[in-house]
Amino acid sequence: MTNKNIAWLKVVVWLICLGPLMDLVYLAATHDLGVNPLETIQLTTGLWALIFLIASLTVTPLRRIAKLPWLIRFRRLLGLFAFFYIVLHFITYLVFDQQFDFAAIWKDIAKRPFILLGFLAFVLLIPLAITSTTGWIRRLGGKRWNNIHKLVYVSVAAAALHFWLKVKADHLEPGIYATIVALLLGYRVWVWAAKRSAKQSPAVAKT
Amino acid sequence: MLIKEPTDIPYSEITPQKFYLNRRRFLEGAAMAGAALAGARFIPELVEPSTVALAGSKLQFQKSNLSTTGEALTPLKDITSYNNFYEFGTAKDDPAENAKNFKPSPSAWVVEVGGLVKKPQKLSVESIMKLAPLEERVYRMRCVEGWSMVIPWIGLPLSALLKAVEPTGKARFVAFQTLNDPKQMPGLRRAVLDWPYVEGLRLDEAMNPLAILAVGLYGESLPPQDGAPIRLVTPWKYGFKGIKSIVKITLVEQQPPTAWNISAPNEYGFYSNVNPDVDHPRWSQAKERRIGEFFKRKTLMFNGYGAQVAGLYSGMDLKKNF
Repeated sequence: MTNKNIAWLKVVVWLICLGPLMDLVYLAATHDLGVNPLETIQLTTGLWALIFLIASLTVTPLRRIAKLPWLIRFRRLLGLFAFFYIVLHFITYLVFDQQFDFAAIWKDIAKRPFILLGFLAFVLLIPLAITSTTGWIRRLGGKRWNNIHKLVYVSVAAAALHFWLKVKADHLEPGIYATIVALLLGYRVWVWAAKRSAKQSPAVAKT
Repeated sequence: MLIKEPTDIPYSEITPQKFYLNRRRFLEGAAMAGAALAGARFIPELVEPSTVALAGSKLQFQKSNLSTTGEALTPLKDITSYNNFYEFGTAKDDPAENAKNFKPSPSAWVVEVGGLVKKPQKLSVESIMKLAPLEERVYRMRCVEGWSMVIPWIGLPLSALLKAVEPTGKARFVAFQTLNDPKQMPGLRRAVLDWPYVEGLRLDEAMNPLAILAVGLYGESLPPQDGAPIRLVTPWKYGFKGIKSIVKITLVEQQPPTAWNISAPNEYGFYSNVNPDVDHPRWSQAKERRIGEFFKRKTLMFNGYGAQVAGLYSGMDLKKNF
């Protein structure tokens, strides 16, 4: 992959990532958001936040397994779009569900795991979005930066669980997403365990 | 299509009936690229013609003083395209799509009414409709999910049917059952709930004048996605209590099982009265979004029908008996 190709591909990915928002804007403009427009906006932004989180977490396994190292250059973009959609999702809750009633929001978060998990998924992404710039990577140092950005694992798990808890009885759709998230997190555990045993085995051999 | 008298304008004429296109849930497609999605939107419009929401027959009815007044009616197109009717699928737009060919005839559809009654009977919907004059009842409908509508139902008091079969002294509850036919109802092919859908009321709740068996809305027979040909409406309770496409009504001594209570007993009680002070374990019930409005409004105790029904529950702990 040449730099020029990657630049072009980035434009394409950008447009794809903006697709769901453009779709909502189009539907809003044509008064076609359905019977419960706010619900449509809420579900769409929430779902795409989860999808982009999943996409960003797919980058690492995919570039290793498929041997496509250049894929890493799309990870930040995908992660930031996840943050973008989660912010939109939170705004619908803040403005239209709670009408800026912060006392009620606080009560809601404290009382309900469903809300708490969604809120957690959002809040944990804030430091990651802030420290996503090249400047911050340099300032923090690669290793520390990497450790901080492991928060995304907690965020995506919380988001998948939040989706699961939203559904009344038909868990097929959130179940599919939860399975994908479990596989992606499982891959990390597997890599971590493999590294650990690789480090330990020479020591074992000595004794 | 119905043939209209020029002097008599049915609701369906007043309400814009051009049924908005049921879009497949674009939320579903994780793999679908967003841009392709936006482009593909135009295709179904070319292929799929607009359909008319109601193909029902016009009903003769009288107005009722038990109707809710002073609230804007939810448009027919919203009532017929945003439904929870899991027998036809779990997405809100599934029932409108999947119930299109479900056209039960009032003369052929039989409701079996029995149990602790002196006169057990198998009644066609047509004959049930003759038990009492049909009335229009405008009721608020509050869904347990936190949204609400105002619906002009056409129906008759449930008490009229119960009186006709003469419950015995032992009868204390009324159990209801929905049709369980996977051939006609594709949603039944997946065990989302413990089919068939069942519901229940205490006998005194069932005898309350507000409880009706609805056979129509907006002046015409019930659209399939709203529970054709006959359904229960109890406006002071969450919407799911209003069991649809009823085939069986049984008078019993013990509190009967109810579908959502079987599914999640800690979340859905037998009574399921609308109560802003008793939250669903996962979300608040203090507010609701009226379809057509942007901001949420406060939910009323017993959905605003306390004057008629609060007496049914005097002395009961409604937090326990949710």
